[in-house]
Amino acid sequence: MSGPNTDYDPVEVTPLKSEEVEAMREAALAAVAAAADLDALKQVRLDHAGDRSPLALANREIGALPPQARKEAGQRVGQARGAINQAIAARQVVLEAEHEERMLADETVDVSLPTTRRRRGGRHPLTLQSELIADLFVAMGYEVAEGPVVEAEWLNFDALNLGPDHPARTMQDTFWTEPADHHVVLRTQTSPVQARTMLTRKPPIYVVCPGRVFRTDEYDATHSPMFHQVEGLVVDEGITMAHLKGTLDHFASQLFGDGITTRFRPSYFPFTEPSAEVDVKCFVCRGTGVDAGGSDACRTCRGEGWIEWGGCGVVNPRVLVACGVDPEVYSGFAFGMGIDRSFMFRHNLEDLRPLFEGDVRFSSAFGTEI
Amino acid sequence: MKAPLSWILDHVDVPEGTTTDDITDRLTLTGLKLEAVESPGRDITGPLVVGRVLTMEPEPQKNGKTINWCTVDVGDANGTGQPQGIVCGAHNFAPGDLVVTVLPGGVLPGGFEISARKTYGHVSAGMICSAAELGLGEDHDGIIVLPADAGTPGEDVRPLLGLDEETIEFEINPDRAYALSIRGIAREVLVSVECASGFRDPALRDTPAANAEGHPVVVEDAEGCPVFVARTVTGFDPAAPTPDFMVRRITAAGMRPISLAVDVTNYVMLETGRPIHGYDADKVQGALVVRRARDGERLTTLDGTDRTLDPGDLVVTDDSGIIGLGGVMGGETTEISGTTTSILVEAAHWDAVSMFRTGRRHKITSEAGKRNERGVDPTICEAAADRVVELLVEHGGAQAHPGVTVVGSAPAIAPVEVPGDLAARVSGMDITEQRSVECLRAIGCDVTGSGTLSVTPPPWRPDLTDAQDFSEEVIRLVGYDLVPSVLPTPPSGRGLTRSQQLRRRVGRTLAGEGFVEVVTFPFIGTEDLDALGLAADDPRRDLLRLSNPLSAEAGYMTTTLLPGVLRAAGKNVGHGNTDLAIFETGTVTLPRHAGPAAILPVDRRPSEEEFAALDAALPAQPLHLAVVAAGDAVAGGWWGEARPVAWSDAVDAVRSVADALGLEVTASAVELAPWHPGRCAELSVDGEVVGHAGEVHPKVCDTFGLPRRTVAAEIDLDLLIARAVHLRQAPTFSSYPVAKEDVALVVDASVPAADVESALREGAGELLESIRLFDVYTGEQVGEGKKSLAFALRFRAPDRTLKEGESAAARDAAMALAAERTGAVQRA
Repeated sequence: MSGPNTDYDPVEVTPLKSEEVEAMREAALAAVAAAADLDALKQVRLDHAGDRSPLALANREIGALPPQARKEAGQRVGQARGAINQAIAARQVVLEAEHEERMLADETVDVSLPTTRRRRGGRHPLTLQSELIADLFVAMGYEVAEGPVVEAEWLNFDALNLGPDHPARTMQDTFWTEPADHHVVLRTQTSPVQARTMLTRKPPIYVVCPGRVFRTDEYDATHSPMFHQVEGLVVDEGITMAHLKGTLDHFASQLFGDGITTRFRPSYFPFTEPSAEVDVKCFVCRGTGVDAGGSDACRTCRGEGWIEWGGCGVVNPRVLVACGVDPEVYSGFAFGMGIDRSFMFRHNLEDLRPLFEGDVRFSSAFGTEI
Repeated sequence: MKAPLSWILDHVDVPEGTTTDDITDRLTLTGLKLEAVESPGRDITGPLVVGRVLTMEPEPQKNGKTINWCTVDVGDANGTGQPQGIVCGAHNFAPGDLVVTVLPGGVLPGGFEISARKTYGHVSAGMICSAAELGLGEDHDGIIVLPADAGTPGEDVRPLLGLDEETIEFEINPDRAYALSIRGIAREVLVSVECASGFRDPALRDTPAANAEGHPVVVEDAEGCPVFVARTVTGFDPAAPTPDFMVRRITAAGMRPISLAVDVTNYVMLETGRPIHGYDADKVQGALVVRRARDGERLTTLDGTDRTLDPGDLVVTDDSGIIGLGGVMGGETTEISGTTTSILVEAAHWDAVSMFRTGRRHKITSEAGKRNERGVDPTICEAAADRVVELLVEHGGAQAHPGVTVVGSAPAIAPVEVPGDLAARVSGMDITEQRSVECLRAIGCDVTGSGTLSVTPPPWRPDLTDAQDFSEEVIRLVGYDLVPSVLPTPPSGRGLTRSQQLRRRVGRTLAGEGFVEVVTFPFIGTEDLDALGLAADDPRRDLLRLSNPLSAEAGYMTTTLLPGVLRAAGKNVGHGNTDLAIFETGTVTLPRHAGPAAILPVDRRPSEEEFAALDAALPAQPLHLAVVAAGDAVAGGWWGEARPVAWSDAVDAVRSVADALGLEVTASAVELAPWHPGRCAELSVDGEVVGHAGEVHPKVCDTFGLPRRTVAAEIDLDLLIARAVHLRQAPTFSSYPVAKEDVALVVDASVPAADVESALREGAGELLESIRLFDVYTGEQVGEGKKSLAFALRFRAPDRTLKEGESAAARDAAMALAAERTGAVQRA
């Protein structure tokens, strides 16, 4: 604490001499400059700017001076202390910055370390493919229709112009359920959804239906008792085969790439008349049938230039009648493609079995989008 | 249908220079799809020529075999004109015989390259060939000896053996049954291939008129058998061989040559499409009668099967009883054999539906049945029978009996009214009425009128019954490849339904949570449910049974996704993927034991009641979600220890799904297979049970090859989606300070934490912002049978800063209610 120098002794006030103050200041500044770290600076602050520092002590002596000398001495000491405090503060900033830099440097990690603690999930590629296809049609204004997989025989066959004695019934090897006289089947196609749609909606109808279907095929590299189809149905005034062709061309180019079109070949389906098989231009060789090397047959289409894709046609007026649509006013088209099959050639899968084996390595490879 | 090209071209001409590809390309585009082109000599290259054996020296060898050292005249084919020296191991020939010789440089099937080589002390420059070496079937007695007049030495042997014959295999759709014959295919060539002409109908021939001398035939069911023609030949030589051309053609068509009599009937069937049946006339006793079978009647058919007949089956009888299943398969008693000298030829037209039913009923598939059930031209029975007689006479030395029996006549075909512009309207193409008429006439229709055409289809096209059927015929001939590509303009759609969107959201949520989606088959057996440990009265044992499953172990539609996902998980573990999390969404089948699904009429729309009754007759098929996780949930690594999956991961998977749907799930303890009895949560939303989750019973883990502590959940997604919050309300936040209070409560170990929490929540009142259980402790400090639950409570008022003591008072009120409800006491 400073106080009046009651025991005034002129000899004792030498510290207030200008050269003395200057020396204290120099010593303090030198110490500040020499402080290597924040701890050292803290000691410098105590030694040179604290209450027991030489200048603090000198300050106490000011009162002992004759009044005319006090002002000068006060200024001298005050300036010196100010300069020291400034120097300490400046040094503090520098040392703090250095400290932080060093600390961050010490915290350096190996960023190449593995980071995956939790497994990545994934969705089944057939789900993704179904959604992708549905989205293509939703973008055109279609809606997505649905129906049960355990289905009434009438909806799976009769309503689609496949009467009980139709030879085409044997084309589709059907899973029947017990009791047999209940006429319930596992749907062999997504086409019963056509019938359901017409029975529950009024034209204009523009729907697609991706879904599971069942046939009594032994499970092998190219057959499965369960597979996936996407059905399309349009019923409106003035619908023609040309609309069907336009729609499938658009679908093909969206799914397989610009410039990929379709080809129709006459075929037979009881629920359509005329009926056609749809081939899609091979998106690998782009219809040339020749592989990239230019010499061998394209592997994707086996040199054909075209890939069998599905069936389609103009809705048979008999189907319209059974489903309550007036064939005099409306016409329509329908198509059905294998989703699994489309997936297989789009993604170069030769054996379909991995689709149904549940091996996580397979689904994981496709992540959450295809 | 496999059709030798030469046979087709016997009946139609194509312009010079037309290639096989030209023909098959056109036929594919008009509806007969090319499957394959086969040629027996496809794999043979180089010189394969007629050779005449000049000399033949048998040379016994040390190994016991005798080889023949031959010189063979191969004309100029060897470039020298000198006889060719060839070693041959066969002995079924003699000097002077014509044989098939392959010369050095030739390649036989299997990539067998021929060169001059030293063997048995001679340089053998070529080979004398057997049928097997040429890929022509089995050897019977060594090398091929050609007929003496087959050709001259040095001549290419391929045409002589039919090695250059191409056979085209077509895929025939059910509506083109007429193309199951050379006749039909030749006609398609005529209308499809540019500038084809000169169609020669194999069924167009003068036939002798019916008379009274023919074998007596009585048709009692004229609807089932509108036409029955019978002819007889006598003096047939049962040893007469089938001519080579016929053997080659029948073989190429995919049928097996048997004997001349049988081969001729097959040949004529292939040629005309009309199935023919031949009886050993000496074994037929009395008149043939066509009728329906009677209950309990039996017949042993040609294939040796003893069959019990159905009153729907059409049969042919004689005085001895039933001798054949009409149109499907003959009987054993009158079968043509190696001693047959008199043949009764039947060419009859049968009702297609009846054929289809009989074939299906008796599980008989035959070339004849295939044609009869799809529909055959009813007008060619006489021609076909006459052609058979002709061939039996020509090649079998038989005499045609003058008797000709014809019972019935081909049904008349009614004309169909077809709008003249229908093809244009259906196709969206510019097809004039004139063009339509031309196309219809080209395929054999009779067309009259204009505006509305009156079209009578030809008798070989029973598939053409509706106006629209004719439009397809016109459009395919105009060209499917010319149909323009026009996008229709649908009305504005409404996008995916909410349910469809939410299902996608569920899948994405689980994938985000680290689960991988799998797809499995929905078939199970009762063993699968036993493996789950389901109780005898578990409702999941009520299964829909399949009548014709692929295997007995998978004879039902599943009621739960668990067997499929557990099996898939087990397989993954078996593959070494021991840390895994999978999920599946799919419908399950829950029988409703409702009445039959009616077969409704198709000439009108079903009524709403009828349609509703169909749906009611089907089993319930809710969409389920199942998850399985095993191994580590969080992998161990440089960051620290692994965290194994726990029962709570299964519950949390469901909670994450519920969260995505804006729903809150409550869990309560329950015992249910296949879960651990003490670690199974019944999950509810708004008081309704939606599913279960927890740790899988250790025995079930063992059964499915899964590590112990595997966890699983299964929920009814439909229930969850039906409850999903549609419009979520925007929240408001208080910006006043939060007051935190922690409480530790001791309760009996059996008290569910959820009960304590809900008591606290209720007791704390409306100032409570959130409550979180942050610690569960059991041990000495709280005593046996007790547990300590530590909760963090946060209080906040919406409109002010809480006053001193306010949050503590709310906390005390919460604890008081918890004490009252659950016996909780504050932990000391």
